[in-house]
Amino acid sequence: MYVAVKGGERAIDNAHAWLAEERRGDPSVPELSIAQIREQMTLAVNRVMAEGSLYDPDLAALAIKQARGDLIEAIFLIRAYRTTLPRLGNSRPVETTAMACDRRISATFKDLPGGQILGPTFDYTHRLLDFKLAAEGEPPQDAPQRPPEAGDVPHVTGFLNREGLIEEAPADDTPPPDLTREPLELPAERALRLQALARGDEGFVLSMAYSTQRGYGRNHAFVGELRIGAVSVEMDIPELGFAIEIGDITLTECETVNQFTGSKTEPPQFTRGYGLVFGQTERKAISMALVDRALRWEELGEDFTGAPAQDAEFVLSHADNIQATGFLEHIKLPHYVDFQSELELVRKLRREVAERAEAANTSRQEAAE
Amino acid sequence: MGLLAKAGPGRVAALLDDTCARPGFDWLRHPETGSVMVRGRTGGTGAPFNLGEMTVTRCALRLRCGTVGHAYIQGRSKPDAEAAALVDAMMQTDRATTLQAGVLDPLRAEADSARTSRAARAAATKVDFFTMVRGED
Repeated sequence: MYVAVKGGERAIDNAHAWLAEERRGDPSVPELSIAQIREQMTLAVNRVMAEGSLYDPDLAALAIKQARGDLIEAIFLIRAYRTTLPRLGNSRPVETTAMACDRRISATFKDLPGGQILGPTFDYTHRLLDFKLAAEGEPPQDAPQRPPEAGDVPHVTGFLNREGLIEEAPADDTPPPDLTREPLELPAERALRLQALARGDEGFVLSMAYSTQRGYGRNHAFVGELRIGAVSVEMDIPELGFAIEIGDITLTECETVNQFTGSKTEPPQFTRGYGLVFGQTERKAISMALVDRALRWEELGEDFTGAPAQDAEFVLSHADNIQATGFLEHIKLPHYVDFQSELELVRKLRREVAERAEAANTSRQEAAE
Repeated sequence: MGLLAKAGPGRVAALLDDTCARPGFDWLRHPETGSVMVRGRTGGTGAPFNLGEMTVTRCALRLRCGTVGHAYIQGRSKPDAEAAALVDAMMQTDRATTLQAGVLDPLRAEADSARTSRAARAAATKVDFFTMVRGED
């Protein structure tokens, strides 16, 4: 129950003034600029764009600054801003085959056309703190360069497709459902699940994926391919009557190749899980692909083992960190009247218990006399 | 229009102003920032799904001669959208050659050079596998 009360305005204004001061920190330390956050905290910016579900690095950097580095708060700010934007249209589906790959690796084939491109990765670093970064110094040396090969880098799953060893993903142009327009409805088709996972909390999706690896809905995934790079976004413009490129965005795509022994309807073959996320966000993209595959048990005729990662209602209802935060944090807001009624109830129950005990005591004494 | 959409902040306006004086125009649609839902395909090739939105600014204008120019650019910069729509309109007039040389060619060169420099860095991180020769004889 909610009752309007007044009286907190001064305290709230003062709290916000102090928040602004604390956000700035020690004024003798130079202030962070949006450009610094965008360029040097790129992976945080990417996470805020992915889970805020809005690709705009400057806005994500501003949100991180405003939120004092609390990424879920920053995602909240982006989601709130997003709702103020008119929707100008839908893009054509992006062509990840035409991606300008910064990174492209496969855990299933060593020698594959296009090669294994490591890109700017943390892999193979020793995870030892680098104290050179603590000292302000010269910019790093230019990274070595080699003449690139021309042409698109083909998808790994394409090679397996040729032998019929892996399920196909045939093209189709059904307009997909949109979570930002219609609330989540279950059962959710795959397109809706992918949208929910793409904007879901990285920690949650990671944990769900990890649970499948530990045996809760095991689907034995190999990373068939992981690629990170820029793709062009095209949109049909009604007033022009043709499609134009409206921008470039960086994406991370993960395709898993999963063991599948066949079912009543499908021959033994490899199956696929798919992850696609804004920015350089490979932990999230791999996690998304594993969870996507786990949620496909029904369409592939697998058994439901009761694993959380197979349960679409569980996964999709709890993946969104803004919904989760909203509901979780609302319990710290005033519930004075709610609590007052609980207090009354507990007092009444205690009174009744005490009265019954007293009555029983009295009747025992009477019986004894 | 793709080049104009992807150009860095202030880039189109700077090249345009270096190339020629801006002509007078009337707005058909004032610059407006909105979002476009970006779609992907399941498995890279399958059915489409909604991945998330991106910010886009659009506008439309008419030059005094009647030529209409449109812009849809990535991001939220209204001055950049205006400059892009002016270039789009003037590309349909007899100043097309001047603008091609003064605005579009430099933008293309910058985009190519940025893409090549990233691709060259990526190529340098390509793994060259080699097998150690086993001494079996």
